[in-house]
Amino acid sequence: MSELHTYTLTQLAAGLRAKKFSSVELTKHFLTRVEKFNGEINAYITITADVALKQAAAADAQLASGKGGALTGLPLAHKDIFCTDGVLTTCGSKMLSNFVAPYDATVVTRLKEAGIVMLGKTNMDEFAMGSSNETSYFGAVKNPWNLNKVPGGSSGGSAAAVAARIAPAATGTDTGGSIRQPAALTSLTGIKPTYGRVSRYGMIAFASSLDQGGVMCLSAEDAALLLQSMSGFDEKDSTCIDAPVPDYSATLNQPLKGLKIGLLKEFFEQGLSPENAKPVRDALAVYEKLGAQLIEVSLPNLPLSVPTYYVVAPAECSSNLSRFDGVRFGYRCDSPRDLMDLYKRSRGEGFGSEVKRRIMTGTYVLSAGYYDAYYLRAQKIRRLITDDFANAFKQVDVLMGPTSPTPAFDIGAKVDDPVTMYLNDIYTIGANLAGLPAMSIPCGFLDELPVGLQIIGAHFSEAKLLNVAHMYQQATEWHKRIPQRYA
Amino acid sequence: MSLSRNDVENIAHLARLSMTEAEATEYATSLSKIFGLVAQLNAVDVSKVEPMAHPLAGQVQRLREDIVTATDEREKYQQNAVKIEAGLYLVPKVIE
Repeated sequence: MSELHTYTLTQLAAGLRAKKFSSVELTKHFLTRVEKFNGEINAYITITADVALKQAAAADAQLASGKGGALTGLPLAHKDIFCTDGVLTTCGSKMLSNFVAPYDATVVTRLKEAGIVMLGKTNMDEFAMGSSNETSYFGAVKNPWNLNKVPGGSSGGSAAAVAARIAPAATGTDTGGSIRQPAALTSLTGIKPTYGRVSRYGMIAFASSLDQGGVMCLSAEDAALLLQSMSGFDEKDSTCIDAPVPDYSATLNQPLKGLKIGLLKEFFEQGLSPENAKPVRDALAVYEKLGAQLIEVSLPNLPLSVPTYYVVAPAECSSNLSRFDGVRFGYRCDSPRDLMDLYKRSRGEGFGSEVKRRIMTGTYVLSAGYYDAYYLRAQKIRRLITDDFANAFKQVDVLMGPTSPTPAFDIGAKVDDPVTMYLNDIYTIGANLAGLPAMSIPCGFLDELPVGLQIIGAHFSEAKLLNVAHMYQQATEWHKRIPQRYA
Repeated sequence: MSLSRNDVENIAHLARLSMTEAEATEYATSLSKIFGLVAQLNAVDVSKVEPMAHPLAGQVQRLREDIVTATDEREKYQQNAVKIEAGLYLVPKVIE
């Protein structure tokens, strides 16, 4: 019983069904660990112990009557970007530090209906804008593998919570790498599904043509389990795709013989040190042993991903964040002189410095006289990048490369230079621009810090990605490592 | 490309953001760096490329029947407002 936190979600589900422990016992175990460790890693903004214990008791009743499903009684933490009815939902911002969501996000509803127990809401970069979880109004999150290092971002709280085993799994969102990069930096399995696969309803918007919800957990098997419940059509999100969701768990064990893996030439050439490339190359060798074929592919426009993203994403952010006006919800400044002062000071005081930087970047690229030169041009280059990916998938089944150019860096090391920080997402942004599903899985360590392997697939190939990741995890042990302090 | 503090103050006004002089100075530097990065896009010939508005090809905006689907939850929603009175949101006087 004292080792419950070391199990995967899949193992915990089996334990619950075999009545080895109850959901209440399991939930209490995790809540005790949250109490013990959250102070030092700052992974949670809100801990919902009362909600969790009530949901756990209800789950136990369901399990006792034989009615439970695959997820009934399993604890999970939600990134604080997902609206949760009656629970503080801050998006890591002072702007929403007083916001109690009046409804549940569709992702939250679906997991709730599947019997998931909510442990709490995890810390994140403010409005998901950051790659280190240092822009949060609620303070930086520490990497459980080394408390002086960042956990990555923006889903840094979710990453740290799962890596420190104070949650067995967590939701995340990925606009430019915000699931995959923190998963890589904390040795987790993270998946960003195809754009439109998971509903964005109730997920606080950053860049609407890029945002996509997903999961961070301990194995591809766990990811398949969670994604099954989260995915699928939702009429409340106008860009959610109305297409059947395959059984992700059913195809996990398909042999990889004959699988064609494309190696992204540009990824290995751009900003990757030989030491950091080694674990990735070792992983590729494992795939060769599993019968896969490695083929080098070139995506000539891929190096333009970062500049393209830093036009498109801020443009959409400046539009989405115009809703925060200090009137209907969120932070309002003290004693405004007039309406303009109310707007300007509520926003100026309520948003942190990185969010304001992106709002201004976006405002500028959309302003009269500049639209064609920036936004329109970026949308055209976005098509070139997307076409590059489409051409690659005519030759190969999946693409592989590193998730992040370096392992976790020191807290504070990059905060003064936004452009250096933006380049952390150099390998992850392409999949968002093209709307492709992509994963990061643990593939080794460099100087005792985790390294991630990125796997990118064609649209709606989540089942294939999970299969490819699972077979690697059957052949290797990297995903089973636990930071010593939290073992 | 280089932005001045004055440029930043104009953008901040358009974005309805209050800003101190120190902030405006910092943003002039960092936004100039960002637009320096973005300038890489100018090297590409895009004259024959259609702009992309949706990441998935062939998707069209879905329409629904024009019928009432939401229920009135004004009271619940207004619990998040800092100032309301008689079901209305209060703001500083806008008409003299």
